[in-house]
Amino acid sequence: MAAKITVQDLTMAYGDLVVMHDLNFEIQDKDIFVIMGGSGCGKSTLLRHLIGLREPAKGSILYDGKDFTATPLAERGPFFQRFGVMYQSAALWSSLTLAENISMPLEESCKLPPKTLRDLACYKLSLVGLSGYEDFYPSQISGGMKKRAGIARAMALDPDILFLDEPSSGLDPLSSRRLDDLILGLRDGQGSTIVIVTHELASIFSIANNAVFLDTATHTQGALGNPSELRDHSDNPAVRLFLNRGDTPPSSP
Amino acid sequence: MTSSPHPPPTAVWQQDGEAVSLTLAGDWLRAGPAVSVTGTAPDRAPTRYQTDALGTHDSTLPAFILAHLRTLKAPTGDQPPTPLDGLPDNLRGLLQLALAVPEDGGAHPDTRPLSRLETIGNATLSTWQSGLALVDFIGQAVLSLGRFARGRARFRTSDFWVTLQQCGVEALPIVSLISFLIGLILAFVGSVQLAHFGADLYVADLVGISMVREMGVVMTAIIMSGRTGAAFAAHIGSMKANEEIDALRTFGFDPFDFLVLPRILALVLMMPILTVYADIVGILGGMLVGAASGIPPVLYWTETVASLHITTASLGVLKSPFFGAAIAISGCMQGMRAGNSSAAVGEATTRAVVTAITSVIVLDSAFAAVFTLLDI
Repeated sequence: MAAKITVQDLTMAYGDLVVMHDLNFEIQDKDIFVIMGGSGCGKSTLLRHLIGLREPAKGSILYDGKDFTATPLAERGPFFQRFGVMYQSAALWSSLTLAENISMPLEESCKLPPKTLRDLACYKLSLVGLSGYEDFYPSQISGGMKKRAGIARAMALDPDILFLDEPSSGLDPLSSRRLDDLILGLRDGQGSTIVIVTHELASIFSIANNAVFLDTATHTQGALGNPSELRDHSDNPAVRLFLNRGDTPPSSP
Repeated sequence: MTSSPHPPPTAVWQQDGEAVSLTLAGDWLRAGPAVSVTGTAPDRAPTRYQTDALGTHDSTLPAFILAHLRTLKAPTGDQPPTPLDGLPDNLRGLLQLALAVPEDGGAHPDTRPLSRLETIGNATLSTWQSGLALVDFIGQAVLSLGRFARGRARFRTSDFWVTLQQCGVEALPIVSLISFLIGLILAFVGSVQLAHFGADLYVADLVGISMVREMGVVMTAIIMSGRTGAAFAAHIGSMKANEEIDALRTFGFDPFDFLVLPRILALVLMMPILTVYADIVGILGGMLVGAASGIPPVLYWTETVASLHITTASLGVLKSPFFGAAIAISGCMQGMRAGNSSAAVGEATTRAVVTAITSVIVLDSAFAAVFTLLDI
């Protein structure tokens, strides 16, 4: 069976500026897959390619063996239905309450009675621990709550793949930990595949079972595999350096 | 407690063969007197610092030393670290920190001055690009209207009603004030001139025709450019900066149908109504001046009605939906093209207002030419 997501020979560029070239990796069903790398290496750009907000300069992205990048924009609806995306800034629609943020995509995808919509929104918010905040506007809640509301909205259409862009950046250690637990809970409870862009080492080691490291120096993928194993056994010194916060323990064979 | 006066900061360069020493003394403080430098700084780093008479200091001292070290030629290859002997420990630590990462030549943006030809070329290209973008945007608006007509465009009806309220009812106070004053001004200026010919009553014709044909619709369009066009650009621009538009896209919404279409529709629907309202309020303004100069309101009204044919009266209203579309398109286009920062949102808003007012005036001139040709 084909992998959930397959990235083949992907080259990403802004005009003539090549951000990353020749990326090749697969993400399996129910993986918690981390895209990691230093600041400005193109992690978020890779995420934007995966969800179709940018077109690759070369190469392709396949979902369950179906070519996403070759599908014209107008026919990508079935793909989009499977994605849930939480943006770095949460990107909640600021003129809508939290409940409306979640119910709007539902409202537009199928006709549901208002009561059902409201119940669905309350349920999604309670999953991320925001019960009782249904009628708050995004500007009235804290940064951590926005991130969690962003995840709740990403899950609105019951997607089977969740993309999270820096979910724990800017959060205190406890909120960040709770978010990790939430992500694990969602994977186990809903059976979602989760793709996370992050450089928070604590999160990476506690939740990821697979990861790709984007190397700024060579502009291509530096390593692929389980982060804990990469930390100790990767043959790429840049990867060991990154995963050990700059300390360089001797590479054990 | 008495504060002792700070000894002024001094720096003395001494060169003895290969050895360069820098003697630093006094209190180096931002608020203190300026540094007096003795001797000329050599193009070499000091090999020894004398700091026995150095008092208190803030960042001015390390900044002074670093500024000298950075004027030196960039070291080529591996060189021994710059000697910092003789400096107090904390200062040495700070300077080592500052010198740890060499100056990065690549980080400077290319500041080569452009030749005149290049400037003209760039300006031409960017004008051409924004022209293309405008045509593209209008094309998208037409396609979006097509989808709307076939019932395939998706936007929130409640958003549409809110926009309708924002660019309709909520604009009434400012439209009232401006139109009333415009009517008043026209009547004042007109009555002074007409009084010379004893044709005072014709001020009603003057105010009526000019309000209904031009001033009502143009002033409303300019108010709406500043009020609503700017609001559209700022709203859409900040949604873009906050990735909210990306979020719409990944849920399968067309941001154009969702954000731009309801705004164009709302303004196109509201502009004619606002124009009729502005015309009436302007005429009332003229009537007030008339009453003050001895024309009874009933007579003024009869004269106004007699002077306005249905053709004249409909010209302004006919133009208004076009102006509305121009304002909405300018505002939304600049919002959608805004960059991802708060400064970019500000620029987009400015451009939106400028584009909207310019396009309103250009369109109005075009209408004037067409109406003249048609002899209306």
